[in-house]
Amino acid sequence: MNFELTEEQKLFKESIRDFASGEIAPVIDEYEEKQEFPYEIQRKMAGLGLFGLPFPEEYGGCGADFVTYAIAVEEIARVSASLAITVAAHTSLGSLTILVSGTEEQKKKWLVPLAKGEMLGAFGLTEPEAGSDAGATKTTAELSGDEWVINGTKCFITNSGTDISKIVTITAVTGMTGGKKEISNIIVPHGTPGFTVAPAYRKMGWHCSDTHELSFSDCRVPKENLLGERGKGFKAFLKALDCGRVGVAALSLGLASACLDESVKYAKERHQFGKPIGKNQAISFKCADMLMEIELARLATYKAAWCADEGRVYSREASIAKLFASETAMRAANMAVQIHGGYGYIEDYPVCRYFRDAKILEIGEGTSEIQRIVLARSLGL
Amino acid sequence: MNIVVCVKQVPDTSDPDTEVHIDSTGRGVDESKFSFVINDADNYAVEEAIRLKEKHGGEVTVVNIGPEGANQVIRMALAKGGNSAIRLFDEKFAFSDIVATARILHSAIKDLSYDIVMTGCMASDDGFAAVGVTLAQMLGIPHAAMVKHVEVIDEKKLKVGRELEGGLMEMLEIEIPCLLTIQTGINEPRYASFKGIREASKKEIKLMDLSAAGLGDDMVGEAGSVAVMKQYSVPEVGELAEMLEGDAGETSTKLAQILKEKGLV
Repeated sequence: MNFELTEEQKLFKESIRDFASGEIAPVIDEYEEKQEFPYEIQRKMAGLGLFGLPFPEEYGGCGADFVTYAIAVEEIARVSASLAITVAAHTSLGSLTILVSGTEEQKKKWLVPLAKGEMLGAFGLTEPEAGSDAGATKTTAELSGDEWVINGTKCFITNSGTDISKIVTITAVTGMTGGKKEISNIIVPHGTPGFTVAPAYRKMGWHCSDTHELSFSDCRVPKENLLGERGKGFKAFLKALDCGRVGVAALSLGLASACLDESVKYAKERHQFGKPIGKNQAISFKCADMLMEIELARLATYKAAWCADEGRVYSREASIAKLFASETAMRAANMAVQIHGGYGYIEDYPVCRYFRDAKILEIGEGTSEIQRIVLARSLGL
Repeated sequence: MNIVVCVKQVPDTSDPDTEVHIDSTGRGVDESKFSFVINDADNYAVEEAIRLKEKHGGEVTVVNIGPEGANQVIRMALAKGGNSAIRLFDEKFAFSDIVATARILHSAIKDLSYDIVMTGCMASDDGFAAVGVTLAQMLGIPHAAMVKHVEVIDEKKLKVGRELEGGLMEMLEIEIPCLLTIQTGINEPRYASFKGIREASKKEIKLMDLSAAGLGDDMVGEAGSVAVMKQYSVPEVGELAEMLEGDAGETSTKLAQILKEKGLV
């Protein structure tokens, strides 16, 4: 067993860490404050290959492994969860689905600009009445001649309303088979008549990531925009979701690490009763717990990514990593604010943002409760 | 325009919590407490070399003296656009001063085809700021130190700007081949892309030990040095110094009181 990163992984980690601290950290607060998508940073990130890591070079990607992808998301998240989710949602949901189920033509047309970061990938699964219960999807797509006619609403869709959001892949009911809904994936280009992007949500955190509600009203797209086989959309999505969970686990890991870094720094600087507060075990033990949990979350996350690289089935590993890492991040953010006391509750200290950014990790890409269902089912319960 | 750029690995002191402790020999520091990164000024030199190559063609050769661990610094320079590299290492190189260090670099560079040799203007660990100019002397080529601007006039000449005190920039012309010691801030160093890093793994790092360098035992290390490092020490806190303790509010109040008492404000 070897826990050592490869030289390539180490170098990329160092490069992304330097980039995040040199290019993102100095400006990110301003974007967060204005709730504005950071196009300039996105462009620079694209130049480093961050939007095409696990995709083959022939489709504009880097041909990197999933461990490298996880490391990159983690490093970005140490500085900005908003940008980390931009990469993660783009990669695992928006783009991987096209790599996995797309025709050669669809890959050339859409995956290439996505992998180069010229376009952002988005995936629309969640609906007002279909979140964890994705089977309750109400959006319909009816085949009329050579076109799909789409009607319905999708909500909480990341990367769906930027200037470089050019397509969204949605799940839609395309018919009934044996009394069951037949769910398919369909690519809908922005600008298609009947496709409306609502103004950005006002979120608790992730303030400069781009999230919208999308509505489709007699929206017509060509028949060939069907992604993968008709009726197999849900299965294809679940596959992408495993990778998505590794991405969120990595994001959680980065955010939790940032919480620990700030906590240790503050515990050394802040004096009360004549000594640094870190000299009190009530504080230092919190940091010790954070360190331990982060390390365990890292092992779980990298293992899930490694399983993906090995071509194994890794749904269970992905769920474990996502569940443990996201709850670790929430606990770490909670402890970081507690260590900072009143200063942790004001925006002048980064832990305030970390706390706001952490909560969604226990919700997105399968809530903690859904992860526990997945794990319990894997035990035959 | 062929360029040789020398890079050194130094302790990463960007983290204020980096602890530097003198080791048991008293002539070294405990390296287990920190990681190594490229010397800051060398990072700018690498960027300047790659920019000149991209504009005028040619190749960039990265030269380093260091153990295997220095490969990370070398690979990163190759990932950003360097073409090949030479790493010099021999246990006998230990305790080389600036003259011996320049001699080791010279042994590898003298046989290369170069127009410009670049070094960082100073290493952040020992701070001599002298290896570059010593190397120029050994190579028998002109040099300019603290360079903050480089422009190619023609195949024979460069226009370079040297940063002086008070924000003055001294512009001068220098003949090629030459050596430039590069000041930080001359450019904005790039970050290595994934593709660059993957490419770098295919590039050659040539290894040279003492015999490959064609040097004798007496030309390197302590024997080949004109200045011998005897011992590191941490300065003791002087009696006249008063350390203010407490949080920022308390220490600033105390400081204001002292300045007021001494009639300085």
